[in-house]
Amino acid sequence: MRKMFTPLLVIVAAMFAAAPIMIAQAPFESTMGLIQKIFYYHVPAWMAMYSAIAVCGVASAMYLFKGRTDADGYAVSAAELAVVFGLIGLVTGPLWGRKAWGVWWQWDARLTSALLLELIFVAYLMVRKFGGPGSEKLAAATALFGTATTPFVYKSVDIWRTVHPKTSVVPMLANSMPGAGRPFALSSLAFILLFVVLLTLRVKLARQQHTLDELYLAQEDR
Amino acid sequence: MFLRTALLVLRKDFAIEMKSLEVLLTTLFFAVSCVLVFAFAFVKDGRAPEDAAAGILWIAIAFAGTLALGRTFERERYSETLRALLLAPAPRAALYVGKLLGMLALLGVAEGLLVPLVAFLFQASAWFSRPLLLLAVLVGGTVGFAAVGTLFAAMLVRARSRDVLLPILLYPITIPVIIGGVRGTAALLASPADEVTATMWIGILFAFDVVFVTLSLWTFEPLMTE
Repeated sequence: MRKMFTPLLVIVAAMFAAAPIMIAQAPFESTMGLIQKIFYYHVPAWMAMYSAIAVCGVASAMYLFKGRTDADGYAVSAAELAVVFGLIGLVTGPLWGRKAWGVWWQWDARLTSALLLELIFVAYLMVRKFGGPGSEKLAAATALFGTATTPFVYKSVDIWRTVHPKTSVVPMLANSMPGAGRPFALSSLAFILLFVVLLTLRVKLARQQHTLDELYLAQEDR
Repeated sequence: MFLRTALLVLRKDFAIEMKSLEVLLTTLFFAVSCVLVFAFAFVKDGRAPEDAAAGILWIAIAFAGTLALGRTFERERYSETLRALLLAPAPRAALYVGKLLGMLALLGVAEGLLVPLVAFLFQASAWFSRPLLLLAVLVGGTVGFAAVGTLFAAMLVRARSRDVLLPILLYPITIPVIIGGVRGTAALLASPADEVTATMWIGILFAFDVVFVTLSLWTFEPLMTE
């Protein structure tokens, strides 16, 4: 992974540089016009958040059931990134909603459940910060519950009637808006790769922190 | 063996509780005062808004439940009795089930008081014309809330600043269940009662219950191992 890191960083930087140009050239949506283009950041940000939650959930399960301490570093890093990407989604969503719906926020099923998911992972970080020794396991359980709620959040737009666009918008994109597929694929990939890059960095930091803690303990024991 | 252990834990908690009635009385009193606070918040010109009853009922249940969860496990912490329980040669999950049953019984008593009280004070007597549906919503919501609550309260016994962390963890995770409970009971209040919506929410509640109870049973053992 370490050898891959620099090339990956360059690729992500290039993709984020190219994205605005691609998005600017993408066709305008017939009814919403310019404001629809936030979609190229909003949806990929949530994709990155779901990826982060998946990593956090799997890593937490491995830590909890197999006792793998290295997995805990992945879990906490992914949880932090889930909060960051969730925040991007929660900021870009209302920006679009103000124009499309006339209000910043609607208390419908998707918006409420997305906010809830963000809160669960903020709670995860709080437990880790304030829970004291042994709180890693507690946090891992929180992450498992958060991961279990995620499918409900994702499917909420299809179960309930909401003002939020349905999940079918993305697979139908190529048909409904010719020319929008490629910039969308680019920004989705860019966000997910950005997540991978940040996760790698953060995991490295967690590992170094762990080593430092062990060195401190070893020093005290002498 | 499994069920016997669970029932033994339940009997132990019941015997302790019957001596002082501490958790029961404080929980009931707190629930009733919660309802009163809402009465001051919502009642205008001597009339309560028509659809407030469902929300008030569930918030009172959630708040009182959090208080009871904290107290119940605080008691196990005093003389390290939780450690003694965990040392017993019994399946750990059975301990969880025993604690969960105790919590359900306590919340059941609290709801037995709260539902008539809220119905009486906020014009919600329509609930009692559909007793089975009402019972299903109450059971579905309470099981989900108590399942997560018991797990986290048990884990928090060892953590620092546990009083703050319990609500912080409990509310975001159990909000889906509380929403289901509120919407389900609110549907029963509509005139005529919206049975289709209520049944849908009952289905969602039980789906969450299955997920939460399974996850809790699954994680209790590794979580309580030091």
